[in-house]
Amino acid sequence: MKIRTLKRHLVEAFKSMGRNGWMSFASISAVTVTLLLVSVFLAILLNINYIASQIEDDVQIRAYIERTEKQENYAAYQKELEKLDKVKTVEYQSKEKGLDELIKSLGDEGEAFSSLKNENPLRDAFIIYTEKPQDTAAVAKEVDKFKFVNKVEYGKGTVEKLFKVTDVARNVGIVLVLGLVFTAMFLISNTIKLTIVTRRREIEIMKLVGATNGFIRWPFFIEGFALGVAGAFLPILVIAVGYQAIFDIVNQKLGTVFIELLPVTPLIPQLALLMLLIGGVIGVWGSLTSVRKFLKI
Amino acid sequence: MIEMVDVWKTYPNGVMALNGIDVYIDKGEFVYVVGPSGAGKSTFIKCMYREEKPTQGSIIINGTNLAKVKERQIPKVRRKMGVIFQDFKLLPRLTVYENVAFALEVIEESPKVIRERVMEVLDLVKLKNKARMFPDELSGGEQQRVSIARSIVNHPPVVIADEPTGNLDPETAWEIMDIFKEINARGTTVVMATHNKEIVNTITKRVIAIEGGRIVRDEAKGDYGYED
Repeated sequence: MKIRTLKRHLVEAFKSMGRNGWMSFASISAVTVTLLLVSVFLAILLNINYIASQIEDDVQIRAYIERTEKQENYAAYQKELEKLDKVKTVEYQSKEKGLDELIKSLGDEGEAFSSLKNENPLRDAFIIYTEKPQDTAAVAKEVDKFKFVNKVEYGKGTVEKLFKVTDVARNVGIVLVLGLVFTAMFLISNTIKLTIVTRRREIEIMKLVGATNGFIRWPFFIEGFALGVAGAFLPILVIAVGYQAIFDIVNQKLGTVFIELLPVTPLIPQLALLMLLIGGVIGVWGSLTSVRKFLKI
Repeated sequence: MIEMVDVWKTYPNGVMALNGIDVYIDKGEFVYVVGPSGAGKSTFIKCMYREEKPTQGSIIINGTNLAKVKERQIPKVRRKMGVIFQDFKLLPRLTVYENVAFALEVIEESPKVIRERVMEVLDLVKLKNKARMFPDELSGGEQQRVSIARSIVNHPPVVIADEPTGNLDPETAWEIMDIFKEINARGTTVVMATHNKEIVNTITKRVIAIEGGRIVRDEAKGDYGYED
Protein backbone atom coordinates (compact mmCIF):
# COMPACT_ATOMS: atom_id res chain seq x y z
CA MET A 1 0.00 0.00 0.00
CA LYS A 2 1.17 3.49 -0.83
CA ILE A 3 1.97 5.93 1.99
CA ARG A 4 -0.53 8.37 0.49
CA THR A 5 -3.26 5.75 0.69
CA LEU A 6 -2.39 4.87 4.27
CA LYS A 7 -2.62 8.54 5.15
CA ARG A 8 -6.05 8.71 3.54
CA HIS A 9 -7.23 5.67 5.52
CA LEU A 10 -5.95 7.18 8.77
CA VAL A 11 -7.69 10.48 8.10
CA GLU A 12 -10.93 8.67 7.23
CA ALA A 13 -10.77 6.54 10.38
CA PHE A 14 -10.21 9.48 12.73
CA LYS A 15 -12.80 11.64 10.98
CA SER A 16 -15.31 8.88 11.47
CA MET A 17 -14.46 8.50 15.15
CA GLY A 18 -14.93 12.23 15.61
CA ARG A 19 -18.27 12.23 13.82
CA ASN A 20 -19.56 9.41 16.01
CA GLY A 21 -18.00 10.82 19.14
CA TRP A 22 -20.38 9.43 21.72
CA MET A 23 -20.43 5.94 20.33
CA SER A 24 -16.65 5.98 20.10
CA PHE A 25 -16.57 7.07 23.72
CA ALA A 26 -18.95 4.25 24.69
CA SER A 27 -16.79 1.68 22.88
CA ILE A 28 -13.60 2.91 24.46
CA SER A 29 -15.29 2.83 27.87
CA ALA A 30 -16.44 -0.73 27.32
CA VAL A 31 -12.93 -1.80 26.42
CA THR A 32 -11.59 0.13 29.41
CA VAL A 33 -13.90 -1.61 31.88
CA THR A 34 -13.18 -4.99 30.32
CA LEU A 35 -9.44 -4.57 30.34
CA LEU A 36 -9.45 -3.11 33.84
CA LEU A 37 -11.10 -6.26 35.15
CA VAL A 38 -8.97 -8.51 32.96
CA SER A 39 -5.78 -6.93 34.20
CA VAL A 40 -6.81 -7.05 37.87
CA PHE A 41 -7.85 -10.68 37.53
CA LEU A 42 -4.64 -11.55 35.76
CA ALA A 43 -2.51 -9.80 38.36
CA ILE A 44 -4.30 -11.67 41.15
CA LEU A 45 -4.19 -15.04 39.41
CA LEU A 46 -0.53 -14.76 38.50
CA ASN A 47 0.30 -13.85 42.07
CA ILE A 48 -1.71 -16.71 43.54
CA ASN A 49 0.12 -19.05 41.20
CA TYR A 50 3.42 -17.51 42.19
CA ILE A 51 2.73 -17.81 45.90
CA ALA A 52 1.45 -21.34 45.46
CA SER A 53 4.65 -22.35 43.71
CA GLN A 54 6.70 -20.80 46.50
CA ILE A 55 4.82 -22.83 49.07
CA GLU A 56 5.09 -25.85 46.84
CA ASP A 57 8.86 -25.57 46.92
CA ASP A 58 8.71 -25.60 50.67
CA VAL A 59 6.86 -28.87 50.82
CA GLN A 60 9.11 -31.32 52.57
CA ILE A 61 8.85 -34.53 54.54
CA ARG A 62 10.39 -34.63 57.98
CA ALA A 63 11.24 -38.12 59.11
CA TYR A 64 12.17 -38.09 62.81
CA ILE A 65 14.67 -40.76 63.84
CA GLU A 66 14.08 -43.04 66.85
CA ARG A 67 16.16 -41.88 69.82
CA THR A 68 17.49 -45.39 70.23
CA GLU A 69 19.20 -45.36 66.81
CA LYS A 70 22.93 -44.86 66.76
CA GLN A 71 24.45 -41.93 64.89
CA GLU A 72 26.98 -44.08 63.02
CA ASN A 73 24.11 -45.75 61.14
CA TYR A 74 22.64 -42.48 59.95
CA ALA A 75 24.67 -42.36 56.73
CA ALA A 76 23.36 -45.80 55.75
CA TYR A 77 19.78 -44.79 56.54
CA GLN A 78 20.16 -41.70 54.41
CA LYS A 79 21.32 -43.88 51.51
CA GLU A 80 18.28 -46.11 51.95
CA LEU A 81 15.93 -43.13 51.84
CA GLU A 82 17.67 -41.72 48.79
CA LYS A 83 17.10 -45.00 46.98
CA LEU A 84 13.32 -44.60 47.27
CA ASP A 85 11.32 -43.79 44.17
CA LYS A 86 10.40 -40.15 43.53
CA VAL A 87 12.79 -38.85 46.15
CA LYS A 88 14.88 -35.92 45.00
CA THR A 89 17.12 -35.14 47.96
CA VAL A 90 17.58 -36.22 51.55
CA GLU A 91 19.18 -33.94 54.10
CA TYR A 92 20.20 -34.74 57.62
CA GLN A 93 19.23 -32.30 60.34
CA SER A 94 20.47 -32.78 63.86
CA LYS A 95 18.17 -32.00 66.76
CA GLU A 96 20.38 -29.06 67.76
CA LYS A 97 20.07 -27.49 64.33
CA GLY A 98 16.33 -28.23 64.37
CA LEU A 99 15.95 -26.31 67.60
CA ASP A 100 18.00 -23.39 66.29
CA GLU A 101 15.72 -23.13 63.27
CA LEU A 102 12.61 -23.34 65.39
CA ILE A 103 13.84 -20.51 67.59
CA LYS A 104 14.75 -18.46 64.56
CA SER A 105 11.39 -18.97 62.85
CA LEU A 106 9.51 -17.79 65.93
CA GLY A 107 11.43 -14.53 66.01
CA ASP A 108 11.47 -12.60 69.28
CA GLU A 109 9.23 -15.05 71.06
CA GLY A 110 11.63 -17.83 70.14
CA GLU A 111 14.12 -16.59 72.69
CA ALA A 112 11.97 -18.16 75.37
CA PHE A 113 12.86 -21.57 74.02
CA SER A 114 16.60 -20.99 74.29
CA SER A 115 16.57 -22.62 77.69
CA LEU A 116 15.66 -25.89 76.02
CA LYS A 117 19.10 -26.09 74.52
CA ASN A 118 20.38 -28.03 77.45
CA GLU A 119 17.65 -30.59 77.34
CA ASN A 120 16.64 -30.72 73.69
CA PRO A 121 13.17 -32.33 73.31
CA LEU A 122 13.50 -32.69 69.55
CA ARG A 123 14.76 -35.62 67.56
CA ASP A 124 17.32 -35.88 64.80
CA ALA A 125 15.59 -35.86 61.44
CA PHE A 126 15.95 -36.47 57.73
CA ILE A 127 14.41 -33.80 55.53
CA ILE A 128 13.20 -35.34 52.30
CA TYR A 129 12.24 -33.42 49.15
CA THR A 130 10.25 -35.26 46.54
CA GLU A 131 10.58 -34.74 42.82
CA LYS A 132 7.00 -33.49 42.57
CA PRO A 133 4.99 -31.98 45.43
CA GLN A 134 2.08 -34.27 44.48
CA ASP A 135 4.19 -37.32 45.45
CA THR A 136 4.62 -36.13 49.00
CA ALA A 137 1.89 -38.26 50.51
CA ALA A 138 3.01 -41.48 48.84
CA VAL A 139 6.67 -40.99 49.72
CA ALA A 140 5.81 -40.11 53.31
CA LYS A 141 3.96 -43.41 53.60
CA GLU A 142 6.98 -45.32 52.32
CA VAL A 143 9.33 -43.49 54.66
CA ASP A 144 7.12 -44.26 57.64
CA LYS A 145 7.67 -48.02 57.04
CA PHE A 146 11.36 -47.85 58.01
CA LYS A 147 12.09 -49.05 61.51
CA PHE A 148 14.46 -46.20 62.35
CA VAL A 149 11.73 -43.71 61.63
CA ASN A 150 9.74 -42.64 64.63
CA LYS A 151 7.34 -40.21 63.02
CA VAL A 152 6.73 -38.61 59.64
CA GLU A 153 5.51 -35.06 59.19
CA TYR A 154 4.64 -33.30 56.00
CA GLY A 155 2.67 -30.24 54.95
CA LYS A 156 0.14 -32.10 52.84
CA GLY A 157 -3.21 -30.44 52.33
CA THR A 158 -2.18 -26.80 52.36
CA VAL A 159 -0.87 -26.85 48.85
CA GLU A 160 -3.90 -28.72 47.55
CA LYS A 161 -6.22 -26.23 49.22
CA LEU A 162 -4.33 -23.34 47.74
CA PHE A 163 -4.53 -24.82 44.27
CA LYS A 164 -8.25 -25.44 44.67
CA VAL A 165 -8.70 -21.75 45.45
CA THR A 166 -6.60 -20.81 42.45
CA ASP A 167 -8.65 -23.08 40.21
CA VAL A 168 -11.97 -21.61 41.31
CA ALA A 169 -10.64 -18.08 41.01
CA ARG A 170 -9.29 -18.84 37.57
CA ASN A 171 -12.56 -20.34 36.29
CA VAL A 172 -14.70 -17.54 37.65
CA GLY A 173 -12.23 -15.06 36.23
CA ILE A 174 -12.23 -16.62 32.79
CA VAL A 175 -16.02 -16.65 32.57
CA LEU A 176 -16.27 -13.03 33.70
CA VAL A 177 -13.51 -11.87 31.42
CA LEU A 178 -14.95 -13.70 28.40
CA GLY A 179 -18.36 -12.15 29.05
CA LEU A 180 -16.80 -8.72 29.23
CA VAL A 181 -14.69 -9.25 26.14
CA PHE A 182 -17.81 -10.14 24.16
CA THR A 183 -19.66 -7.12 25.51
CA ALA A 184 -16.83 -4.85 24.46
CA MET A 185 -16.63 -6.49 21.04
CA PHE A 186 -20.38 -6.12 20.59
CA LEU A 187 -20.19 -2.43 21.47
CA ILE A 188 -17.30 -1.76 19.13
CA SER A 189 -18.96 -3.71 16.37
CA ASN A 190 -22.09 -1.59 16.89
CA THR A 191 -20.16 1.64 16.83
CA ILE A 192 -18.52 0.68 13.58
CA LYS A 193 -21.86 -0.43 12.19
CA LEU A 194 -23.19 3.03 12.93
CA THR A 195 -20.31 4.67 11.14
CA ILE A 196 -20.89 2.32 8.22
CA VAL A 197 -24.56 3.16 7.97
CA THR A 198 -23.66 6.83 7.62
CA ARG A 199 -21.01 5.92 5.07
CA ARG A 200 -23.02 3.34 3.21
CA ARG A 201 -23.46 5.51 0.14
CA GLU A 202 -19.78 6.18 0.10
CA ILE A 203 -19.02 2.45 0.23
CA GLU A 204 -21.52 1.79 -2.56
CA ILE A 205 -19.89 4.41 -4.79
CA MET A 206 -16.43 3.14 -3.92
CA LYS A 207 -17.49 -0.32 -5.04
CA LEU A 208 -18.99 1.01 -8.26
CA VAL A 209 -15.86 2.88 -9.26
CA GLY A 210 -13.76 -0.21 -8.61
CA ALA A 211 -12.35 0.08 -5.10
CA THR A 212 -11.26 -3.26 -3.69
CA ASN A 213 -12.79 -4.63 -0.50
CA GLY A 214 -9.43 -4.29 1.19
CA PHE A 215 -9.29 -0.62 0.35
CA ILE A 216 -12.76 -0.07 1.77
CA ARG A 217 -12.04 -2.11 4.88
CA TRP A 218 -8.85 -0.31 5.92
CA PRO A 219 -10.35 2.79 7.56
CA PHE A 220 -12.73 0.59 9.56
CA PHE A 221 -9.89 -1.69 10.54
CA ILE A 222 -7.87 1.30 11.76
CA GLU A 223 -10.88 2.73 13.56
CA GLY A 224 -11.56 -0.51 15.43
CA PHE A 225 -7.92 -0.92 16.32
CA ALA A 226 -7.66 2.65 17.57
CA LEU A 227 -10.81 2.31 19.69
CA GLY A 228 -9.51 -0.92 21.24
CA VAL A 229 -6.04 0.40 21.93
CA ALA A 230 -7.40 3.67 23.32
CA GLY A 231 -9.45 1.59 25.75
CA ALA A 232 -6.28 -0.04 27.05
CA PHE A 233 -4.56 3.11 28.29
CA LEU A 234 -6.51 3.71 31.49
CA PRO A 235 -6.36 0.08 32.66
CA ILE A 236 -2.60 0.06 32.10
CA LEU A 237 -2.19 3.22 34.14
CA VAL A 238 -4.42 1.94 36.93
CA ILE A 239 -2.74 -1.45 37.15
CA ALA A 240 0.75 0.06 37.04
CA VAL A 241 0.11 2.57 39.82
CA GLY A 242 -2.11 0.26 41.85
CA TYR A 243 0.17 -2.74 41.70
CA GLN A 244 3.22 -0.71 42.65
CA ALA A 245 1.36 0.57 45.73
CA ILE A 246 0.15 -2.88 46.78
CA PHE A 247 3.57 -4.36 46.13
CA ASP A 248 5.20 -1.77 48.39
CA ILE A 249 2.71 -2.33 51.21
CA VAL A 250 2.94 -6.11 51.07
CA ASN A 251 6.70 -6.11 50.92
CA GLN A 252 7.11 -3.70 53.78
CA LYS A 253 4.60 -5.25 56.14
CA LEU A 254 4.46 -8.90 55.23
CA GLY A 255 7.24 -9.56 52.81
CA THR A 256 9.79 -10.87 55.27
CA VAL A 257 7.37 -13.27 56.91
CA PHE A 258 5.87 -15.48 54.27
CA ILE A 259 4.35 -13.79 51.19
CA GLU A 260 6.30 -12.49 48.30
CA LEU A 261 4.53 -10.91 45.31
CA LEU A 262 5.64 -11.03 41.71
CA PRO A 263 8.10 -8.19 41.04
CA VAL A 264 6.65 -5.10 39.33
CA THR A 265 8.94 -5.57 36.35
CA PRO A 266 8.48 -7.64 34.27
CA LEU A 267 4.87 -8.20 35.40
CA ILE A 268 3.53 -4.72 34.62
CA PRO A 269 5.20 -4.24 31.21
CA GLN A 270 4.02 -7.70 30.24
CA LEU A 271 0.46 -6.98 31.40
CA ALA A 272 0.54 -3.63 29.58
CA LEU A 273 1.57 -5.29 26.33
CA LEU A 274 -1.11 -7.93 26.79
CA MET A 275 -3.77 -5.27 27.41
CA LEU A 276 -2.78 -3.37 24.26
CA LEU A 277 -2.92 -6.61 22.33
CA ILE A 278 -6.31 -7.66 23.70
CA GLY A 279 -7.69 -4.16 23.14
CA GLY A 280 -6.44 -4.12 19.56
CA VAL A 281 -7.80 -7.60 18.82
CA ILE A 282 -11.20 -6.79 20.33
CA GLY A 283 -11.38 -3.62 18.26
CA VAL A 284 -10.30 -5.13 14.99
CA TRP A 285 -12.54 -8.14 15.42
CA GLY A 286 -15.53 -6.01 16.34
CA SER A 287 -15.05 -3.73 13.37
CA LEU A 288 -14.36 -6.37 10.75
CA THR A 289 -17.39 -8.48 11.69
CA SER A 290 -19.61 -5.47 11.13
CA VAL A 291 -18.02 -4.40 7.83
CA ARG A 292 -18.29 -7.79 6.19
CA LYS A 293 -21.94 -7.72 5.23
CA PHE A 294 -21.79 -4.16 3.95
CA LEU A 295 -19.24 -5.11 1.35
CA LYS A 296 -21.62 -7.23 -0.68
CA ILE A 297 -22.77 -4.61 -3.15
CA MET B 1 -17.04 -5.64 -26.78
CA ILE B 2 -20.20 -6.64 -24.90
CA GLU B 3 -21.60 -10.06 -25.58
CA MET B 4 -24.42 -11.80 -23.77
CA VAL B 5 -25.11 -15.42 -24.58
CA ASP B 6 -28.27 -17.11 -23.31
CA VAL B 7 -28.41 -15.07 -20.11
CA TRP B 8 -31.01 -16.05 -17.52
CA LYS B 9 -31.61 -14.43 -14.18
CA THR B 10 -33.97 -15.76 -11.56
CA TYR B 11 -34.03 -13.94 -8.24
CA PRO B 12 -34.09 -15.94 -5.00
CA ASN B 13 -37.74 -14.93 -4.51
CA GLY B 14 -38.62 -16.70 -7.77
CA VAL B 15 -38.96 -13.66 -10.03
CA MET B 16 -37.65 -14.54 -13.49
CA ALA B 17 -36.16 -11.25 -14.64
CA LEU B 18 -34.18 -12.40 -17.67
CA ASN B 19 -35.20 -15.37 -19.77
CA GLY B 20 -32.55 -16.08 -22.35
CA ILE B 21 -30.92 -12.85 -23.52
CA ASP B 22 -28.59 -12.94 -26.54
CA VAL B 23 -27.03 -9.69 -27.61
CA TYR B 24 -23.85 -8.33 -29.11
CA ILE B 25 -22.82 -4.71 -28.77
CA ASP B 26 -19.81 -3.57 -30.73
CA LYS B 27 -17.10 -1.18 -29.65
CA GLY B 28 -18.18 2.44 -30.03
CA GLU B 29 -21.89 1.70 -30.36
CA PHE B 30 -24.64 3.77 -28.76
CA VAL B 31 -27.50 1.57 -27.55
CA TYR B 32 -30.81 2.44 -25.92
CA VAL B 33 -32.43 -0.20 -23.77
CA VAL B 34 -36.17 0.36 -23.61
CA GLY B 35 -39.18 -1.49 -22.32
CA PRO B 36 -42.02 -1.23 -19.79
CA SER B 37 -41.28 -1.10 -16.07
CA GLY B 38 -40.57 -4.51 -14.59
CA ALA B 39 -39.65 -5.97 -17.98
CA GLY B 40 -36.08 -6.77 -16.96
CA LYS B 41 -34.32 -3.59 -18.09
CA SER B 42 -32.78 -2.89 -14.73
CA THR B 43 -31.62 -6.45 -14.27
CA PHE B 44 -30.11 -6.35 -17.76
CA ILE B 45 -28.15 -3.21 -16.79
CA LYS B 46 -27.19 -4.55 -13.36
CA CYS B 47 -25.80 -7.73 -14.88
CA MET B 48 -23.58 -5.56 -17.08
CA TYR B 49 -21.79 -3.94 -14.19
CA ARG B 50 -21.95 -7.11 -12.17
CA GLU B 51 -24.19 -5.93 -9.38
CA GLU B 52 -26.23 -9.02 -10.23
CA LYS B 53 -24.80 -12.32 -11.28
CA PRO B 54 -26.71 -14.20 -13.98
CA THR B 55 -28.18 -17.55 -13.01
CA GLN B 56 -27.13 -18.97 -16.35
CA GLY B 57 -25.29 -17.89 -19.48
CA SER B 58 -22.27 -15.72 -20.08
CA ILE B 59 -21.70 -11.97 -20.22
CA ILE B 60 -18.41 -11.01 -21.79
CA ILE B 61 -17.32 -7.39 -21.40
CA ASN B 62 -13.84 -6.19 -22.34
CA GLY B 63 -12.86 -9.82 -22.66
CA THR B 64 -13.95 -10.87 -19.18
CA ASN B 65 -16.83 -13.24 -18.50
CA LEU B 66 -18.81 -11.56 -15.70
CA ALA B 67 -20.74 -14.74 -15.00
CA LYS B 68 -17.54 -16.50 -14.02
CA VAL B 69 -15.50 -13.66 -12.55
CA LYS B 70 -14.50 -14.14 -8.92
CA GLU B 71 -15.67 -11.78 -6.20
CA ARG B 72 -12.12 -10.49 -5.81
CA GLN B 73 -11.85 -9.62 -9.50
CA ILE B 74 -14.99 -7.47 -9.62
CA PRO B 75 -13.15 -4.21 -8.79
CA LYS B 76 -10.87 -4.78 -11.77
CA VAL B 77 -13.87 -5.28 -14.05
CA ARG B 78 -15.58 -2.15 -12.74
CA ARG B 79 -12.53 -0.02 -13.39
CA LYS B 80 -13.08 -0.63 -17.09
CA MET B 81 -16.62 0.74 -17.09
CA GLY B 82 -18.40 3.88 -16.00
CA VAL B 83 -21.80 3.63 -14.35
CA ILE B 84 -24.37 6.45 -14.18
CA PHE B 85 -27.63 6.43 -12.23
CA GLN B 86 -30.91 8.28 -12.14
CA ASP B 87 -30.18 9.57 -8.62
CA PHE B 88 -26.59 10.68 -9.42
CA LYS B 89 -25.06 9.00 -6.35
CA LEU B 90 -22.80 11.90 -5.43
CA LEU B 91 -21.21 12.30 -2.00
CA PRO B 92 -22.85 15.34 -0.42
CA ARG B 93 -19.93 16.41 1.76
CA LEU B 94 -17.43 16.42 -1.09
CA THR B 95 -17.06 19.20 -3.64
CA VAL B 96 -17.59 18.65 -7.35
CA TYR B 97 -13.87 18.29 -7.82
CA GLU B 98 -13.54 15.86 -4.91
CA ASN B 99 -16.48 13.77 -6.09
CA VAL B 100 -14.84 13.22 -9.44
CA ALA B 101 -11.37 12.76 -7.93
CA PHE B 102 -12.81 10.16 -5.53
CA ALA B 103 -13.13 7.65 -8.37
CA LEU B 104 -9.41 7.91 -9.02
CA GLU B 105 -8.36 8.06 -5.37
CA VAL B 106 -9.93 4.75 -4.52
CA ILE B 107 -7.97 3.11 -7.31
CA GLU B 108 -4.82 4.77 -5.97
CA GLU B 109 -3.95 7.01 -8.90
CA SER B 110 -1.15 9.51 -8.35
CA PRO B 111 -2.17 13.06 -7.35
CA LYS B 112 -0.72 14.46 -10.55
CA VAL B 113 -2.77 12.16 -12.78
CA ILE B 114 -5.86 12.81 -10.67
CA ARG B 115 -5.55 16.60 -11.05
CA GLU B 116 -5.07 16.42 -14.81
CA ARG B 117 -7.85 13.96 -15.49
CA VAL B 118 -10.41 15.62 -13.22
CA MET B 119 -9.90 19.02 -14.81
CA GLU B 120 -10.07 17.42 -18.23
CA VAL B 121 -13.46 15.76 -17.62
CA LEU B 122 -14.87 18.77 -15.78
CA ASP B 123 -14.03 20.74 -18.88
CA LEU B 124 -15.86 18.18 -21.00
CA VAL B 125 -19.05 18.45 -18.91
CA LYS B 126 -18.60 22.25 -18.68
CA LEU B 127 -18.35 22.42 -14.89
CA LYS B 128 -14.80 23.66 -14.55
CA ASN B 129 -16.00 26.89 -12.98
CA LYS B 130 -18.08 25.05 -10.37
CA ALA B 131 -15.37 22.64 -9.24
CA ARG B 132 -15.36 24.00 -5.68
CA MET B 133 -19.10 23.84 -5.17
CA PHE B 134 -20.97 21.18 -3.25
CA PRO B 135 -23.62 18.99 -4.91
CA ASP B 136 -26.52 20.69 -3.11
CA GLU B 137 -25.47 24.01 -4.63
CA LEU B 138 -25.98 22.61 -8.12
CA SER B 139 -29.05 21.99 -10.27
CA GLY B 140 -30.14 18.43 -11.04
CA GLY B 141 -28.63 18.60 -14.51
CA GLU B 142 -25.32 19.85 -13.16
CA GLN B 143 -25.26 17.08 -10.57
CA GLN B 144 -25.82 14.52 -13.28
CA ARG B 145 -22.96 16.05 -15.24
CA VAL B 146 -20.73 15.62 -12.22
CA SER B 147 -21.70 11.96 -12.00
CA ILE B 148 -21.00 11.53 -15.73
CA ALA B 149 -17.63 13.18 -15.24
CA ARG B 150 -16.89 10.76 -12.45
CA SER B 151 -17.88 7.76 -14.57
CA ILE B 152 -15.58 8.68 -17.45
CA VAL B 153 -12.65 10.13 -15.54
CA ASN B 154 -10.93 6.77 -15.69
CA HIS B 155 -11.34 6.60 -19.49
CA PRO B 156 -13.45 3.41 -19.45
CA PRO B 157 -14.21 1.79 -22.83
CA VAL B 158 -17.86 1.31 -21.77
CA VAL B 159 -20.34 3.62 -20.06
CA ILE B 160 -23.54 2.15 -18.66
CA ALA B 161 -26.34 4.53 -17.74
CA ASP B 162 -29.54 3.56 -15.92
CA GLU B 163 -32.20 6.19 -16.73
CA PRO B 164 -29.77 9.10 -16.54
CA THR B 165 -32.42 11.65 -17.50
CA GLY B 166 -35.18 10.17 -15.35
CA ASN B 167 -34.98 12.87 -12.69
CA LEU B 168 -34.41 15.81 -15.01
CA ASP B 169 -36.68 18.26 -16.80
CA PRO B 170 -36.80 17.87 -20.62
CA GLU B 171 -34.51 20.77 -21.39
CA THR B 172 -31.81 19.57 -19.01
CA ALA B 173 -32.21 16.05 -20.36
CA TRP B 174 -31.16 17.30 -23.80
CA GLU B 175 -28.03 18.86 -22.35
CA ILE B 176 -27.16 15.57 -20.74
CA MET B 177 -27.71 13.78 -24.03
CA ASP B 178 -25.29 16.18 -25.71
CA ILE B 179 -22.64 15.00 -23.29
CA PHE B 180 -23.42 11.34 -23.97
CA LYS B 181 -23.18 12.01 -27.69
CA GLU B 182 -19.82 13.66 -27.14
CA ILE B 183 -18.57 10.73 -25.04
CA ASN B 184 -19.74 8.31 -27.70
CA ALA B 185 -18.12 10.39 -30.44
CA ARG B 186 -14.81 9.95 -28.64
CA GLY B 187 -15.13 6.19 -29.09
CA THR B 188 -16.72 5.08 -25.83
CA THR B 189 -19.46 2.48 -26.01
CA VAL B 190 -22.68 3.77 -24.38
CA VAL B 191 -25.49 1.55 -23.11
CA MET B 192 -28.42 3.54 -21.78
CA ALA B 193 -31.65 2.33 -20.26
CA THR B 194 -34.29 5.00 -20.70
CA HIS B 195 -37.99 5.85 -20.64
CA ASN B 196 -37.55 9.07 -22.59
CA LYS B 197 -39.51 8.56 -25.80
CA GLU B 198 -38.65 11.92 -27.29
CA ILE B 199 -34.92 11.44 -26.91
CA VAL B 200 -34.95 7.94 -28.37
CA ASN B 201 -37.02 9.06 -31.33
CA THR B 202 -34.94 12.18 -31.99
CA ILE B 203 -31.38 11.05 -31.42
CA THR B 204 -31.83 7.84 -33.33
CA LYS B 205 -29.52 5.02 -32.35
CA ARG B 206 -29.71 1.28 -31.93
CA VAL B 207 -32.71 0.30 -29.77
CA ILE B 208 -33.05 -2.90 -27.79
CA ALA B 209 -36.50 -3.48 -26.36
CA ILE B 210 -36.92 -5.88 -23.46
CA GLU B 211 -40.24 -7.37 -22.42
CA GLY B 212 -40.81 -10.23 -20.06
CA GLY B 213 -37.09 -10.78 -19.71
CA ARG B 214 -36.55 -11.28 -23.46
CA ILE B 215 -35.31 -9.08 -26.26
CA VAL B 216 -38.39 -8.49 -28.39
CA ARG B 217 -36.88 -5.94 -30.75
CA ASP B 218 -33.36 -4.95 -31.77
CA GLU B 219 -33.12 -2.28 -34.47
CA ALA B 220 -30.06 -0.43 -35.71
CA LYS B 221 -31.92 2.89 -36.15
CA GLY B 222 -34.92 2.22 -34.00
CA ASP B 223 -37.59 4.24 -32.28
CA TYR B 224 -39.01 4.10 -28.77
CA GLY B 225 -42.04 2.10 -29.90
CA TYR B 226 -44.17 2.53 -26.78
CA GLU B 227 -46.88 5.02 -25.83
CA ASP B 228 -45.66 6.29 -22.48
